[in-house]
Amino acid sequence: MLLFSRQGKLRLQKWYVPLSDTQKKKISREVIQMVLARKPKMCSFLEWRDLKIVYKRYASLYFCCAVEDQENELITLEIIHRYVELLDKYFGSVCELDIIFNFEKAYYILDEFILGGEAQETSKKNVLKAIEQADMLQEEAETPRSVLEEIGLT
Amino acid sequence: MLSNAPVYKRSVKNIKDVYISHINGKSKEAEIKRINKELANIRSKFKGDKALDGYSKKKYVCKLLFIFLLGHDIDFGHMEAVNLLSSNKYTEKQIGYLFISVLVNSNSELIRLINNAIKNDLSSRNPTFMCLALHCIANVGSREMAEAFAGEIPRILVAGDTMDSVKQSAALCLLRLYKTSPDLVLMGEWTSRVVHLLNDQHMGVVTAAISLITCLSQKNPDEFKTCVSLAVSRLSRIVSSASTDLQDYTYYFVPAPWLSCKLLRLLQCYPPPEDGAVKGRLVECLETILNKAQEPPKSKKVQHSNAKNAILFEAISLIIHYDSEPNLLVRACNQLGQFLQHRETNLRYLALESMCTLASSEFSHEAVKTHIETVINALKTERDVSVRQRAADLLYAMCDRSNAKQIVAEMLSYLETADYSIREEMVLKVAILAEKYAVDYSWYVDTILNLIRIAGDYVSEEVWYRVIQIVINRDDVQGYAAKTVFEALQAPACHENMVKVGGYILGEFGNLIAGDPRSSPLVQFNLLHSKFHLCSVPTRALLLSAYIKFINLFPETKSTIQEVLRSDSQIRNSDVELQQRAVEYLKLSSIASTDVLATVLEEMPPFPERESSILAKLKKKKGPGAVSVNELEEGKREGELNGGGERGGDNSGIAASNASTPSPSADLLGLRTGPPVTAAAPSAGSLLVDVFSEAGVNDDGFLSSAPPSVVSEDTAPPLPESNELLNKFVCKNNGVLFENQLLQIGIKSEYRQNLGRMYLFYGNKTSVQFVTFTTTVTCPGELQSHILHIYTCKHMFILAYTCYDKLNVQTKPVEPLIEGGAQVQQVINIECLSDFCEAPLLNIKFRYGGALQNLTLKLPVTINKFFQPTEMASHDFFQRWKQLSQPQQEAQKIFKANHAMDTEVLKAKLLGLGMALLENVDPNPENFVCAGVIQTKAQQVGSLLRLEPNAQAQMYRLTLRSSKDTVSKRLCELLAEQF
Repeated sequence: MLLFSRQGKLRLQKWYVPLSDTQKKKISREVIQMVLARKPKMCSFLEWRDLKIVYKRYASLYFCCAVEDQENELITLEIIHRYVELLDKYFGSVCELDIIFNFEKAYYILDEFILGGEAQETSKKNVLKAIEQADMLQEEAETPRSVLEEIGLT
Repeated sequence: MLSNAPVYKRSVKNIKDVYISHINGKSKEAEIKRINKELANIRSKFKGDKALDGYSKKKYVCKLLFIFLLGHDIDFGHMEAVNLLSSNKYTEKQIGYLFISVLVNSNSELIRLINNAIKNDLSSRNPTFMCLALHCIANVGSREMAEAFAGEIPRILVAGDTMDSVKQSAALCLLRLYKTSPDLVLMGEWTSRVVHLLNDQHMGVVTAAISLITCLSQKNPDEFKTCVSLAVSRLSRIVSSASTDLQDYTYYFVPAPWLSCKLLRLLQCYPPPEDGAVKGRLVECLETILNKAQEPPKSKKVQHSNAKNAILFEAISLIIHYDSEPNLLVRACNQLGQFLQHRETNLRYLALESMCTLASSEFSHEAVKTHIETVINALKTERDVSVRQRAADLLYAMCDRSNAKQIVAEMLSYLETADYSIREEMVLKVAILAEKYAVDYSWYVDTILNLIRIAGDYVSEEVWYRVIQIVINRDDVQGYAAKTVFEALQAPACHENMVKVGGYILGEFGNLIAGDPRSSPLVQFNLLHSKFHLCSVPTRALLLSAYIKFINLFPETKSTIQEVLRSDSQIRNSDVELQQRAVEYLKLSSIASTDVLATVLEEMPPFPERESSILAKLKKKKGPGAVSVNELEEGKREGELNGGGERGGDNSGIAASNASTPSPSADLLGLRTGPPVTAAAPSAGSLLVDVFSEAGVNDDGFLSSAPPSVVSEDTAPPLPESNELLNKFVCKNNGVLFENQLLQIGIKSEYRQNLGRMYLFYGNKTSVQFVTFTTTVTCPGELQSHILHIYTCKHMFILAYTCYDKLNVQTKPVEPLIEGGAQVQQVINIECLSDFCEAPLLNIKFRYGGALQNLTLKLPVTINKFFQPTEMASHDFFQRWKQLSQPQQEAQKIFKANHAMDTEVLKAKLLGLGMALLENVDPNPENFVCAGVIQTKAQQVGSLLRLEPNAQAQMYRLTLRSSKDTVSKRLCELLAEQF
């Protein structure tokens, strides 16, 4: 799954098959180029190698998934939408900058939602609950920073 | 919740200005400078004497991540990230895991540390930590992790006290490990409990588990078949629930769309349920889904309709998969018909795609056909090329005898404007439909000629070969074809393929239209010859053959044509092939009597009927039908052949001495029934050099440094001879395939991608003619199923062939062409459709002094001929090497050296093999590694090779890995004989 801006800058990437860095770079470049070349009214699916690319544009960001040939395109499109909803709900009207500066959150939310390339939890409430809990843990952890806690770290 | 965001922003705030300069479009250099400064700072912090506390470590690791995500390379910080894993503070752990997930490399030492940290977290019983660890495994999914955790995770998955969220992560984590290392994930005892997760109360658990179950069912359908009834009842409960029942799992008024789709997908792994009740329930579900599609939408949001239709399409896929419910199939088709005109491009695309599969079902084929007008309209008006492509596919799928003319006409007219990317496929499809559904062949000829006119560049050889075959085999269409090509050639600019077809057909059947003064023989000739100079060499060669045929058809053109042949541009043409033809044809036309000429240049005999090669081209993978060019009458004798000799280009005047004796004792099977092929001189091979002047890369290595032992492979321990001959040509393309006292067969071959062309030179070494000289190429067993496609270029070959054959019948004195020492050439075109092991067989029969000579050789066509070298860096090589780690993908042999272990010779051989020889890849400079891709029509098979010589022991270890097990095995067998 790739997220990139209209200028073709990659904002978030998630790979569910093992690939080398050079392959990743090459694929991203290729896919970004292809998707950016498409006009607005065109359909959201295109065939690429033996995969299908499903993409959708939200404001200045393109969300793009490469799925296997027999995979259901429409449901993939809604996977993208649900992810956008999750981001939106968490950040409160999400924008590209939120994803840039809070990239780690964007990744955590994605991990809660999709794992290993398959939907893990499709309920918006449950995903956000998991993230909230994590944030609570963090709050607790951030405040008292005793030396003892650091022992054995370095 | 939102209040948390600033806490995070704090962790990267310093770097924010880096980013600001980044987006503000400041120069790239400025950005890099700023980043480098930051990196240096972080590096010094990590290296500094003062131990960093967890917080700052986290901060810097986080910064590194950020810089990486901006697109810069990061080569340090891994250790610090790993340290963070063992922190018991959530955020530190979290950042550590994130860094590992995004930036992990297979540094084994780190992997061990990471695995340790994960192990601790998995056993921590803290669900949040467990999830983090599971996410990390699922994200990295390496083999080392599979080894460490594949046993642990199933236990977590089915344990009664595991939290739901952990179960979900565990299910998908296991799936990921199963995908990377299926051999390590053993379900066995867990199977039934995993299947029962489909009944779990928590929808999230079901959603996650079903992905795992689907994947496992695909691989082990029997063990998991109990999931069918569970899936049906789950689906039924969802489908019949009200849109509010499932609370948060309802998505825009659609109950659990993801889960529904996955359930339907799981059912597609199995045939329709046998249990009547289950099946009834399922049919009910499918009907409900189809009904719901007709209901007015509950929301105007596109998400609502997408989710609803996603389920619908998945249900239709299942209906098509079952292909047993005519009622549902027709309903599905009607539903899709409505989508064909939907305003959503996505739906139109999917409807076209889905209908394509419906068209192949006997129950719904007619229903699909009713939409032909809409689909044609889509082909014409759709603005998106991918949608048009789908429309073209559908037209192809729905075509039958009743609508073929209409569809072919539409596809032809679309071809004029079609996207370049899809033209070749379109051309093939039109050609196939035209042939398949041709009622009268004049329509077929028209269609193909139109095809060449409109898209000549995309008309592959198969297509025009085929039209010629059909014209030759059908008397009723020959006159029409001649007339049509004659007209088509009138166009001032016509495509070269048109010239080829035109030349061929007029050469054969020009007489059928010669009565008309507008197409008199000379007019025909001048028309053809006006195109001559614009054509490429192969076309010119074909035209020259057409000219000699003209001399036979129309004696009045003889002087004009001889004039043309005699001109310097022909008879002294720099291209050997053209020159040879001009000389031979000129001679033939002036020496041979009319009778001889008439028999030699007789009309082509009908081609044996066989399946269209075009179809084979499109089918690629499966399908019956033989490919053999001719029937091998005495196929039983295969394998019976002579030992071959080799000749060193021009540097050896005593080539004949290298012939070996065909000893009857070598005939292990005792099948030899005829007289011994020939009594030949004993081998004197060692005088000769194993190299040919044209052998390219082989030259240097062999000539300069080949030690005596490499020189002749005749002295190698005896193998079944045909295989031995074959082995000689594994690493080279040119040479003498076979030689005895009578006959020498030389080979020149070239390969490009999956195509090859082989020139066979049959040389008569005696002073007596050979009579009834015939050759046949056949493909043994496995090759017949379309693996290798061989077609002799009939026109060139038949000429040589008929010379011998017919002249003999008339027992005329030997013409110069077949006098002792004469040589004839045969061209064989080869197309590799899929990987293969057995080489095709070449059978040669002729009479020499009344005795029948009959031999069968293996044509040296081996899978490695279709290698395309692939250059790659060391890193990539090992990465790929690791990816091909399944045991069956590897083939290995350890064997004793048959020849001296000379580096240069080895290099030359490996290059001759066709792979790229990679330098500086293997840490041991003594070893060789190569990479290449085998190009077949059906697929490309990447292969990697490693050859480890051990000079001391005079042994080699050869390892091959490729994406296909049969290829690794075959290559290993072939190569083990080479060194």
